[in-house]
Amino acid sequence: MSDIVEKTLTALPGLFLQNQPGGGPAAAKASFSSRLGSLVRGITALTSKHEEEKLIQQELSSLKATVSAPTTTLKMMKECMVRLIYCEMLGYDASFGYIHAIKLAQQGNLLEKRVGYLAVSLFLHESHELLLLLVNTVVKDLQSTNLVEVCMALTVVSQIFPREMIPAVLPLIEDKLQHSKEIIRRKAVLALYKFHLIAPNQVQHIHIKFRKALCDRDVGVMAASLHIYLRMIKENSSGYKDLTGSFVTILKQVVGGKLPVDFNYHILLQVLQKYILLLYLTMILTISAIFIFLSLAILFECVHTVYSIYPKSELLEKAAKCIGKFVLSPKINLKYLGLKALTYVIQQDPTLALQHQMTIIECLDHPDPIIKRETLELLYRITNAQNVTVIVQKMLEYLHQSKEEYVIVNLVGKIADVLVLNTVDTYAPDNAWFIQTMNAVFSVGGDVMHPDIPNNFLRLLAEGFDDETEDQQLRLYAVQSYLTLLDMENVFYPQRFLQVMSWVLGEYSYLLDKETPAEVIAKLYKLLMNDSVSSETKTWLIAAVTKLTPQAHSSDTVERLIHEFTISLDTCMRQHAFELKHLHENVELMKSLLPVDRSCEDLAVDASLSFLDGFVAEGLSQGAAPYKPHHQRQEEKLSQEKVLNFEPYGLSFSSSGFTGRQSPAGISLGSDISGNSAETGLKETNSLKLEGIKKLWGKEGYLPKKESKTGDESGALPIPQESIMENVDQAITKKDQSQVLTQSKEEKEKQLLASSLFVGLGSESTVNLLGKADTVSHKFRRKSKIKEAKSGETSSTHNMTCSSFSSLSNVAYEDDYYLNTLHDRGDKELKTFSLNSELLDSESLTELPLVEKFSNCSLSTPSLFADNSMEIFHPPQSIAASVAKESSLASSFLEETTEYIHSNAMEVCNNETISVSSYKIWKDDCLLMVWSVTNKSGLELKSANLEIFPAENFKVTEQPGCCLPIMEAESTKSFQYSVQIEKPFTEGILSGFISYHMMDTHSAQLEFSVNLSLLDFIRPLKISSEDFGKLWLSFANDVKQNVKMSESQAALSSALKTLQQKLRLHIIEIIGNEGLLACQLLPSIPCLLHCRVYADVLALWFRSSCSTLPDYLLYQCQKVMEGS
Amino acid sequence: MIKFFLMVNKQGQTRLSKYYEHVDINKRTLLETEVIKSCLSRSNEQCSFIEYKDFKLIYRQYAALFIVVGVNDTENEMAIYEFIHNFVEVLDEYFSRVESIDELPKICSALEPQQACFSPDSSFKGAASTTPIY
Repeated sequence: MSDIVEKTLTALPGLFLQNQPGGGPAAAKASFSSRLGSLVRGITALTSKHEEEKLIQQELSSLKATVSAPTTTLKMMKECMVRLIYCEMLGYDASFGYIHAIKLAQQGNLLEKRVGYLAVSLFLHESHELLLLLVNTVVKDLQSTNLVEVCMALTVVSQIFPREMIPAVLPLIEDKLQHSKEIIRRKAVLALYKFHLIAPNQVQHIHIKFRKALCDRDVGVMAASLHIYLRMIKENSSGYKDLTGSFVTILKQVVGGKLPVDFNYHILLQVLQKYILLLYLTMILTISAIFIFLSLAILFECVHTVYSIYPKSELLEKAAKCIGKFVLSPKINLKYLGLKALTYVIQQDPTLALQHQMTIIECLDHPDPIIKRETLELLYRITNAQNVTVIVQKMLEYLHQSKEEYVIVNLVGKIADVLVLNTVDTYAPDNAWFIQTMNAVFSVGGDVMHPDIPNNFLRLLAEGFDDETEDQQLRLYAVQSYLTLLDMENVFYPQRFLQVMSWVLGEYSYLLDKETPAEVIAKLYKLLMNDSVSSETKTWLIAAVTKLTPQAHSSDTVERLIHEFTISLDTCMRQHAFELKHLHENVELMKSLLPVDRSCEDLAVDASLSFLDGFVAEGLSQGAAPYKPHHQRQEEKLSQEKVLNFEPYGLSFSSSGFTGRQSPAGISLGSDISGNSAETGLKETNSLKLEGIKKLWGKEGYLPKKESKTGDESGALPIPQESIMENVDQAITKKDQSQVLTQSKEEKEKQLLASSLFVGLGSESTVNLLGKADTVSHKFRRKSKIKEAKSGETSSTHNMTCSSFSSLSNVAYEDDYYLNTLHDRGDKELKTFSLNSELLDSESLTELPLVEKFSNCSLSTPSLFADNSMEIFHPPQSIAASVAKESSLASSFLEETTEYIHSNAMEVCNNETISVSSYKIWKDDCLLMVWSVTNKSGLELKSANLEIFPAENFKVTEQPGCCLPIMEAESTKSFQYSVQIEKPFTEGILSGFISYHMMDTHSAQLEFSVNLSLLDFIRPLKISSEDFGKLWLSFANDVKQNVKMSESQAALSSALKTLQQKLRLHIIEIIGNEGLLACQLLPSIPCLLHCRVYADVLALWFRSSCSTLPDYLLYQCQKVMEGS
Repeated sequence: MIKFFLMVNKQGQTRLSKYYEHVDINKRTLLETEVIKSCLSRSNEQCSFIEYKDFKLIYRQYAALFIVVGVNDTENEMAIYEFIHNFVEVLDEYFSRVESIDELPKICSALEPQQACFSPDSSFKGAASTTPIY
């Protein structure tokens, strides 16, 4: 490695020197940039920013004159460029010189060219328009025989290059992969890497060559190619499993000292994280025992790897030792790294935190805020019901000290996550503490926090926990504390906090017995009149007042308020005021509209607004124009403005021709405009008050939709600890005890803190031994207590997931009995169906529903379902019913969907309780993803919920009926999601998780992901040849390519058949040796294909309105043609 | 992934800057000022890594010169820390008296071409391994 570096480094300065007569570094420097030197010295001597500005402006104007003067030689130009670069580095605009930089790169000799390229790469960015001017120069230099020129061109390509011009240089760069000089090969690989980053489609065909680069005899080339692989593997880890061997070989060479020690270890390691390569990691861990910083960096990566791959005890032990080395180091940087490593591992192995608890405590009081923050991050990961008070208190302390907005947002998010977001498992020990902490959080971070936090907090209040009286107390406490806060004069609260307050007061003031609603209204009114309150908050406030009004029998304040705000300039406020005014006149209606404490109930909303149909019809009969949607109006406006219609058929083709939406008969009035009765009503009735009232409800109405992000990492944490760590704990506590006597008072305090921080992690005895009484029992601790009880039984079994099972042993046994009988019967019956016997041999019947499902899907024979094979065996009692029901459900579902083509079911994830398999159904208008979830256990799962993470390229919508309050034992349920594409892409990953509760304690979550390709969104486009002709001319993006056909598909028709089947293209017509095909990318981006056959070559010609689609389809076609 | 590379003197004047992602020229000045401020305010006992917004700064001081590298959180801090030292050693090899402020920009402009050695997405490519003095 180092010899290459030497070469790289010597190559160019050497050139500088050659060109300078007289040689010698000193002389070279002096003549090269003496004027730059004086400029720099001038700037350094200045003291104020203002003077510097003046000097630079002077310099820039003189430079401007020089570069544009015709007499300036290239040599002078080079010198000017260097000064320009420096000026721009200082932050002054030097855009006038950009074009000269490009010129210099074009015209200069080697050295001047170099400076020109350098200036270009520093000045311009990828989308800069001037960059196009550089392309020609680059192409010329790439073809040059001079190595240095090629080098420079490759360098600039790997730094900045316009995306659209890649095809122009791609073949040249590909050639360079075979160059005899390793530096050129390396730079070529880097350039291709850059292309892969900005346009992965275009380099798809050279993946084979990357493999060659990976096996290059030169280390540098190999290392460069690793970057490409690192990225590709991150995208799709399963596709490159075959390369594991090569990576291992490389690693072995590195470890064996055959290659020079270099920095690439950790890149390799990141690649390896995808695989399980324990042996070699062990070797590295041993080797890296040398104590130099760099090897520590590698060591850190190793530790990270060890914990991210499949855990193996031997390795974990070694890694733990390494972490110890980091954490205990007196060097602050190492300590930081150690804390970071601890944060990684803490979820898997909390014992480590116990070992290092004193260090962590020290770090918590460290003068360096960065270390402190890292420690808090660590604590955040180990938060549980017992230590939450201490940890949150520490976080709040830090929060009050910090000024930086980013820190506040981050920290507030974490506290709230511990307290609120985690609705399943809130750690808050009691009401008062909870509300007070939240008050503190809101008042510090109110305006910067994530909007989810107040929403979730309110939801928590509204939905409450299991115990109704507790909930009432919590709400009452909240109301009281807010009223006290509002009583204080001259205190400004963040807007979000005020919003939260107003909602809570509006909903739950009725819980108060002392204060009447009128008094609360008066307080809210005072806020409303306050100028510092934003208008958004005011709407929250007035909504609260509206809710309170029916409870207050008569109130002057309300009238005053109505009077005040009906003339408000803010339309939103005015609207609310009017609503309030009208409702106020009819108290009975108001009471029924705004019932007390009903915020959690769902409202049935008539989304189609059908009740307005009559009104609309009346309006239309009186000659009103039918409603046109916004986009249609805009289109019409545009088409009126246009004199010449240049793109006539494209738009109408895609919007009306294929959607097939028809206007309701009574309303369309003969026009082909799609008028929708509902929308018409919405727009034309501003006198209807009902609509406005819903808006009031909107605030609560959308709360239940918010998804809870159950941070299960922390939630699941307490389970394993108790059982696994008991031994370790006792050892530690014994040691602690013996030391207690000699400890100073300060130490004791720290110990106390430590014990309160780590209380949830160790067994109870730790705390007692340290002389600190167990914290008061709280209602939220119910869960942890159960776990403790369980841990007694299960401490011998080190399997965390077992604990919940074994404690329920009675139930499980009973179920087992059923299972066995069921199994026997099912076995016999099913064998007659000659299904796959391997699957049937599975030990428990829990898999049966899966088997059924699986066989049906994978064989894709609807007939099997049609004759209702499932009902032949009758499993006993309760299970029987559910299974039968499920199977019939499933069969009906499958019948419904078989009209579309669907993929085979593929298992995406499973554990001992649940297994999830997915398949795709290519519907006409979207991609329907079906996840069928099978409950394999004999237990009922509660609130099974499948959620899909939002992905950047897709829009995922849940099909109705997907939420399950209860999932019976051994049943299979399907979740359907329709996926729409939002922006073209090549490969996408859709990931999500399934969460469920077993009995009432154990909640679990299972993540999965599914790969989606653009192909999933390609649908045949059925148009006539005539339309094809018209469309063909209107599309601008085209791609042509010749593909060799294999023997089997010599005839055009058979080749096209293949394309039709594999890629879902529609064959429009075959004329002689030419064929027309069309397809569309959902929702409606058409792409046309024209094929022509000469001898055994198929010429493909794509056109589309989208620029990436032809590229992609071409690649797919090539794959299909090669594959068949 | 390295986002930017900065060389700054104690007065807060930029000596060299290199961005691997396009940043608007006005924003650069602002960013640099803030970065320098947060680096200058730290003492020797504090660690060389700073969390700044959503990325990390790793800095090292050589006499009156600060070298600051901004990375995102996939990067290994310690490796970057060593990388800075490596960079300085390379400079030292080729040009004497790296620590002298006056010479530096000149040196760096001349050396800039070699910065191509570390391309944006890869932290260290081709940097020679040296054992630090520590």
